[in-house]
Amino acid sequence: MIKKLLGAAALTALMAVSAFAADDKPAIVFDIGGKFDKSFNESMFNGSEKFKTETGVAYGEFEIANEAQREQAIRNFADQGYSPIIAAGFAQAAALEKVAKEYPDLKFAIVDMVVDLPNVQSIVFKEHEGSYLVGIMAAMASKSGKVGFVGGMDIPLIRKFGCGYVQGVKAAKADATVFQNMTGDTGAAWNDPVKGGEITKSQMSQGADVIYAAAGATGLGVLQAAADGGALSIGVDANQNYLHPGKVLTSMLKRVDVAVYNVMKSGKDGSFKGGVQALGLAEDGVGYAMDDNNKPLVTPEMQAAVEKAKADIISGAVKVHDYTEDNKCPVE
Amino acid sequence: MSARGELRGWADVALIPVLNLVVALLVSGIVVLIIGESPMEAMWIMLKGAVGSIKGWSYLLYYSTNFIFTGLAVAVAFHAGLFNIGGEGQAYIAGLGATMTGLGLEFLPWPIVIPLAVLMSALFGAFWGWVPGYLQAKRGSHIVITTIMFNFIASSLMVYFINYWLRPVGKMAVESRAVGNFDFSTFDLTGAYIPSLRELSLAIFGYRLPSSPLNPTFLFALAVAWAVWYLLWRTKLGYEIRAVGANTDAAVYAGIRPQKIIMVTMAISGGLAGLLAVNEVLGAQHRLVLEYVQGAGFVGIAVALMGRSHPVGIVLAAMLFGLLYQGGTELSFAKPEINRDMIVVIQGLVILFMGALEQTFRPWLEALFFRAED
Repeated sequence: MIKKLLGAAALTALMAVSAFAADDKPAIVFDIGGKFDKSFNESMFNGSEKFKTETGVAYGEFEIANEAQREQAIRNFADQGYSPIIAAGFAQAAALEKVAKEYPDLKFAIVDMVVDLPNVQSIVFKEHEGSYLVGIMAAMASKSGKVGFVGGMDIPLIRKFGCGYVQGVKAAKADATVFQNMTGDTGAAWNDPVKGGEITKSQMSQGADVIYAAAGATGLGVLQAAADGGALSIGVDANQNYLHPGKVLTSMLKRVDVAVYNVMKSGKDGSFKGGVQALGLAEDGVGYAMDDNNKPLVTPEMQAAVEKAKADIISGAVKVHDYTEDNKCPVE
Repeated sequence: MSARGELRGWADVALIPVLNLVVALLVSGIVVLIIGESPMEAMWIMLKGAVGSIKGWSYLLYYSTNFIFTGLAVAVAFHAGLFNIGGEGQAYIAGLGATMTGLGLEFLPWPIVIPLAVLMSALFGAFWGWVPGYLQAKRGSHIVITTIMFNFIASSLMVYFINYWLRPVGKMAVESRAVGNFDFSTFDLTGAYIPSLRELSLAIFGYRLPSSPLNPTFLFALAVAWAVWYLLWRTKLGYEIRAVGANTDAAVYAGIRPQKIIMVTMAISGGLAGLLAVNEVLGAQHRLVLEYVQGAGFVGIAVALMGRSHPVGIVLAAMLFGLLYQGGTELSFAKPEINRDMIVVIQGLVILFMGALEQTFRPWLEALFFRAED
């Protein structure tokens, strides 16, 4: 009831409401994929759920159905005094920026994009660093000297995955060949496991025996086709090693769940800070997955090489090029 | 006294739509009941969310603006006996015209750029409607098949244009850069940016309206609705369109060339659908976003059916769908259990009863009326 009254008050006195925002509850606005997309959004959903079970604080949530709802949803939570408000995905940036400007007292966060405002925490990941590590592992595990990369939608973010991967492969085996394919140009490319499988088969027929998928739910088809065809695959975002035990070499971890959890937690205990958080290997924002499922596949030499590269990247001795800096990749 | 076999005017225009709406809402209520929520409460939240506040009304009218344009587009084609289901693609392509004008002529002052961008939206949409019209008139390719195929062509084409031509380097989101800018403190308007009513009211009166994408395009939509009425019932071309729709053979006998009328009608229809870009691209998003039409082209079919292809009916039907959209959004805010897929179910039921099952109750009603009259 109090929330409803607050909401009503917010309508009449839009700006004044943030004064009431003492009993902050976090909120999250999922992107068009929906919170059960087995990938990016779902990972954030899991992070939010973890926060809820640990702290007992309920959070607000909304799944976008059309463009106009982006701003409407964020603004609705802001009107009701939710804080921090997390926007999932780069597509929410314009809407979040608009609303965050009008509510300077509330806290906001956005994942995979930078919004330069003092009350916004922008969380970006150094996916190229994690991809570099799995690239090293792929090159060492490959017998044919040919490896593959299957991206989802053709956007700079996914090219960043691919570019880091190629750099890793070439660092381990300079004469290795990397086949790179994108699934498509639209959002549908995140959710097309059949096409993902077809691309994988095509790469395998050219000789690739380790294939890295950075394609959301499309990647499930990549992993399946690789497992069926006797090749190794590399999962992405979450630890996907368990999907085909003994056939998934490793997974490139991108801890959006941890990021969301941390934002909600920091909002609760008051340690929230605006600015850009670039989460790389040093911050454990990205990494590679090791568990019982892939233990037999990873030799001690491979693990030693990857660990050495990781230490070198963290210390700055090795610098992995970020594709999004200049939209170019030094190696193909 | 109506002729036997026909309903009186008021029953045809008002009773059947209202009856269909009531049945649709009843069935939606059952669905809501099944997932364990109170239908009355859900209905109340939807109504209150859409018409219970200035904010609700603003969103309602913003959504209706889209549906008025696409509804008129479908209706004009209906009058010529053509079923244009390509409003989606025509509006999508129109976005390209609007954006290209906005970005390419950004240096011109807004009183020139905005009308040009509006014109280009209509022209691009008209072209995308004209091609299927040409294929129907000259080649006999069925308009339903070609228009729906043109939706897919539009979709792929736009992906290409936005991805490779319009997207700024390094930007993740598949969208163009902004078509203009508006600074309401200095009233500094550049490019083809149509400010929202909120921004205008801040700039002119210093009064802060609740935020919404509602912009003056709504008034433009009403003017266009009037113009469509004038075209159809007060001009020679409108008479020819209706004559072709009523009976092509008779129209030929009257000296009308149906082939020409089909092409002209489809161009007008596409142009009307294209005006959606004015509301969405210039007025609301201020940039070209991938798949920005979001089904409004298809909703236009239901709007035209429900509005009996008359501009007044279309404006009212568009407002009803605006209510469903805005009310639905508020409903999923208030009740997370009723998620967005449920909202689509409710909207779908309304479309089903209004569009597909439009004639279901007609025979019963007719029987009822004639028994009463006999």
